[in-house]
Amino acid sequence: MSTSTLLCPPEPIAPSLPEDNYLSRGYGLRSWLLTRDHKRIGILYLISLSVFFLIGGTLAGLIRLELLTPQSDLMSADTYNKVFTMHGVIMIFLFLVPSVPATLGNFFIPMMIGAKDLALPRINLLSWYLYIIGGVLVIYTMVAGGVDTGWTFTTPLSTHYVNTNVLSTCLAIFITGFSSIFTGLNVLVTVHKMRAPGMTWFRLPLFVWSLYAASIQMVLATPVVAIAITLLALERTIGIGIFDPTKGGDPLLFQHLFWFYSHPAVYIMILPGMGVISEVISTFSRKRVFGYKAVAFSSVAIAVFGFFVWAHHMMIMGISNYAVLVFSLLTMLVAVPSAIKIFNWTFTLHKGSITFEAPMLYAFGFIGLFTIGGMSGIFLGSAGTDVHLTETFFIVAHFHFVMVGGMLMAFLAGIHFWWPKMTGRMYPERIAQVAAIVTFIGFNLTFFPQFILGVLGMPRRYASYPPEFQILNVFSTAGATVLGAGYLLTAIYLVWSLKYGAVAGDNPWQATGFEWQCQSPPLTENFTEMPIMDHEAYDYAWLDRKNARAAEMR
Amino acid sequence: MTNSNAIVPGVLAPSSGDHGEHPPHLLHHFQSVEQQADATNFAMWLFLLSEVMFFGGLFTAYLIYRNWYIPAFVAGAHQLNVGLGALNSVLLILSSFSLVMGVWCAENKRKGGLVLCLILTFILGLGFLGIKSIEYAEKIEKHHFPGIHYSLSSFLDPGDDEAARAAGDQPLPLDMARHTELYFSLYFAMTGMHALHMIVGMGILVFMIVRARGGAYTAGHVNFVRNFSLYWNLVDIVWIYLFALLYLVSRH
Amino acid sequence: MNHISPVIWQFLDKWMTNFRLFPPEASKFAPEMDALFFFIVLVSLVGFVIVLLLLVVFSVLYNKKRHPVATQVEGSALLETTWTLIPLGLFMVLFAWGAILYFRIFTPPANAMNIYVVGKQWMWKAEHPGGQHEINALHVPTGRAIQLTLISQDVFHSFSVPAFRIKREAIPGRYTTVWFEATKPGTYHLFCTQYCGSNHSRMDGDVVVQSPEDYRKWLATSTSGMSLAQNGERLFASLSCNACHNARPDARGPSLANVYGSRLTLTTGERIIADDAYLRQSILNPSQHVTQGYAPIMPTYQGRINEEGVIALIEFIKHLDSDYRVQQTTNTTDLLPSEPNQPPAANEPAVKQKTSPGGLKP
Repeated sequence: MSTSTLLCPPEPIAPSLPEDNYLSRGYGLRSWLLTRDHKRIGILYLISLSVFFLIGGTLAGLIRLELLTPQSDLMSADTYNKVFTMHGVIMIFLFLVPSVPATLGNFFIPMMIGAKDLALPRINLLSWYLYIIGGVLVIYTMVAGGVDTGWTFTTPLSTHYVNTNVLSTCLAIFITGFSSIFTGLNVLVTVHKMRAPGMTWFRLPLFVWSLYAASIQMVLATPVVAIAITLLALERTIGIGIFDPTKGGDPLLFQHLFWFYSHPAVYIMILPGMGVISEVISTFSRKRVFGYKAVAFSSVAIAVFGFFVWAHHMMIMGISNYAVLVFSLLTMLVAVPSAIKIFNWTFTLHKGSITFEAPMLYAFGFIGLFTIGGMSGIFLGSAGTDVHLTETFFIVAHFHFVMVGGMLMAFLAGIHFWWPKMTGRMYPERIAQVAAIVTFIGFNLTFFPQFILGVLGMPRRYASYPPEFQILNVFSTAGATVLGAGYLLTAIYLVWSLKYGAVAGDNPWQATGFEWQCQSPPLTENFTEMPIMDHEAYDYAWLDRKNARAAEMR
Repeated sequence: MTNSNAIVPGVLAPSSGDHGEHPPHLLHHFQSVEQQADATNFAMWLFLLSEVMFFGGLFTAYLIYRNWYIPAFVAGAHQLNVGLGALNSVLLILSSFSLVMGVWCAENKRKGGLVLCLILTFILGLGFLGIKSIEYAEKIEKHHFPGIHYSLSSFLDPGDDEAARAAGDQPLPLDMARHTELYFSLYFAMTGMHALHMIVGMGILVFMIVRARGGAYTAGHVNFVRNFSLYWNLVDIVWIYLFALLYLVSRH
Repeated sequence: MNHISPVIWQFLDKWMTNFRLFPPEASKFAPEMDALFFFIVLVSLVGFVIVLLLLVVFSVLYNKKRHPVATQVEGSALLETTWTLIPLGLFMVLFAWGAILYFRIFTPPANAMNIYVVGKQWMWKAEHPGGQHEINALHVPTGRAIQLTLISQDVFHSFSVPAFRIKREAIPGRYTTVWFEATKPGTYHLFCTQYCGSNHSRMDGDVVVQSPEDYRKWLATSTSGMSLAQNGERLFASLSCNACHNARPDARGPSLANVYGSRLTLTTGERIIADDAYLRQSILNPSQHVTQGYAPIMPTYQGRINEEGVIALIEFIKHLDSDYRVQQTTNTTDLLPSEPNQPPAANEPAVKQKTSPGGLKP
């Protein structure tokens, strides 16, 4: 059995899992499917998310296989169009948007603020059911032949020019959107109304700040895509003409409504990941995050500014030059808070005491890759270079760097970091570190060549391409294989650790934060006694004093 | 953003079994009834905010197309019956009033009054939906429902159409007449969305009437009725905007 | 950039093109965009190296083994301000530079030669004023500002020429424009970059840049015999436009002679310039664009004419001179650009985009 690397725990590792915990209170299917426990709902989400990630990942593999050769030879162009559309829809709506908020957020926000559950547990369960219904509809769409409009559903292509299952996909996204709205609503109410005594806003863990910011966007932006999709469905079925130029409608109206959500959506996706990074960096350098207030305010600034930049996705679509000017300026402004965060995290390491367990490796990977991904966004925010780079593989590389190199790495960091708390067991540390490095290398090999392809002008969503682009595509596919292997390895050892991992004990990382001051796995009601927040966030001195007292009492 | 004052540090509310020490309607994850009321109320406000954003998309589309095609919008609006629209507005405002009276009854533990008010609200809502269906039926009969059966004849030749004649409409050129379909698309989308919200509200009203008769809301726990009245009031306010924007386009 | 060091620039350009890390620079604009591009690369590199160095140095210096006890540091207002203001300043520079470039790409010079491009599933159709039609190809001369007027017949497409560093969406329902001036003869990729359905990947083609003489030769051999304006003239008659739009004093519609590029007052009081978009709207949605002093009686031609027909009509109207006589030209080489970059003639109206500065005179 491999050993886990634990930071010197002041108390001996528990010999066995605590008998009474949220997992052991009720074993049947009913106890899970009708649960109101935020932790169980988090686990339900984790399992369903993993299934959809597997499906979306397989589709990605098919894309990369097709792009090995310049011709459209592995599958027909129509099939390829369906594959990349489903990949986008699944990865964005069924994986990235709910990933951290619905799993780690659900599980840990109540614990972090000292509450027994989220404010609306039944709405939380409803959220999961809506997600599952949306997911089933997406699977139905795939089985029924797929949809090939691209995840952006550009009108009039999606309204009048395709024969595929647009309506079922629209319905799926509509329903999943409500799942997202309810999750965000729950987080906002919980953070506002259910904090423990002494837990002021500026004592909250930064994870909570980030999720709070993302939830603002979830609640305000998602309804707009709901109406955009509804109008799309009405135009497609009845022919209302709202996006049809021959009837006086304007296809650009759909673009505005769609991107008004879809741009905040990317911040909905990344902000929770940034929250995870704050927790991990702090714990593994044993230091309070540098510039706590700056990081907290940056999260909210990103959430607010994120609403004002949507038309940078439309810079060459014939909107007025002055509109482009305004949106380009705002895009540059929204980049600044992210830069602030990167520097704050980096300086958290200064004078810290750093160890390199898997969560920390993922966090380092995040900082590097998100920096590159974010800087590539600058190329796109500057209107002059955007003209050349938009709609090419540069865009594909940009969003994969921030979403996969950024968000997915942060998600994995969080999963590893909180694995001992959620399951009571440690994952095998050495293999995890190897998997993190393999994933990092695979990722870079997959997506960095795509920047070059984009500069060369290779368009996105192309099933076949000019032969001079082949070599870079081959590199990219090779990298995808390595990346896939890394993820598979991670899934395998995580599942393995459920049975064979070392028992973790309450606080294997010696982290501050209420969630670490109780047993692993936690009780259903989280705490036996109401915790009182009498210290600042990330107060390691407080933790040392607490451990010293506990040692004395033994 | 207050933390509820009624919590006792060091002690969690009992999680199971022991129900003697707190009101039966207090959910176990809350520390006190005040916290529960506060949280659920805040949740309803946030939900209403998301509804405003939802309708906002439709209002944006309306504003743009009205600005571009005002003659078509005027001609389309003349096809609506302002009298019926005004009647609907009155019905909804009265229903909001009756619902708020119901909340007052609940707070003052008047079961009979509460049930009466809820039933009155339901009836007024039913009236609204009834009038709406009459309007819809008339529109569909005149081939003003967007889609393949849409007919431009009332706009190209208003002499034949009594509503257009009454408003003194001039015949529209063909390209502008085509844009009236956009007006009706927005009309049906916006009032349809609104009607859907009302139908959901009516369903919840039925649920509340049944529960209220059993005394559920008059025993000190009025959150549900209070939060529902927030929702209903928003539905009412949205209608007022729709009435002004869709029916009263050229009346000033 | 190439005036900083032509030698180094040429070397970099050749090296990058041959190693296929960078597209060729074939337009006047390309080096300008590349200069901004490389500047952003530099800024990104510096930023990334700084972060990387900090990560590495801190990881080494403050490794748990070396530094077992962490020193709690709250923050530093000075550092926060520094790393807020410096990125902000840099980003503002990039914004301004990019905005200037953007305005330059989408503000064509007055003497640009206009070529119409219609995108449809799944091909590009380019129409030269002399009547030359091309499918999935575009022949252009060097040394001449060329404006593309794009429109789509069905869904969104996007006309992209990486070698020129230009890209513009072709949208159904309205014209979009982009301009360039080609500098290096050769054949370059043309792509459709907005996903448009099944054969989106097959909607690519070639942009052939030729020297002015070669271009002239190509024009002469590719003509269909009728210029766009002549086609437009035919349509004008067959659709009975001349029933109202003629030179008679009692005409029911405004005279269209010299209307292109002129300032008009509409019945709403609005003053607009009669450009391509206005002309197109007047044909398809006339009742909203009626010239002051005329009744809104013009019928709409939506559904009776396709985009290519509209383009032909617009070309005809562009060339309509004050004597309003029917244009008779069998020799379409008259429409060839005689001299590149000639200034517009003295008595031409504000924004006129004639292809032949000499004009058509009967």
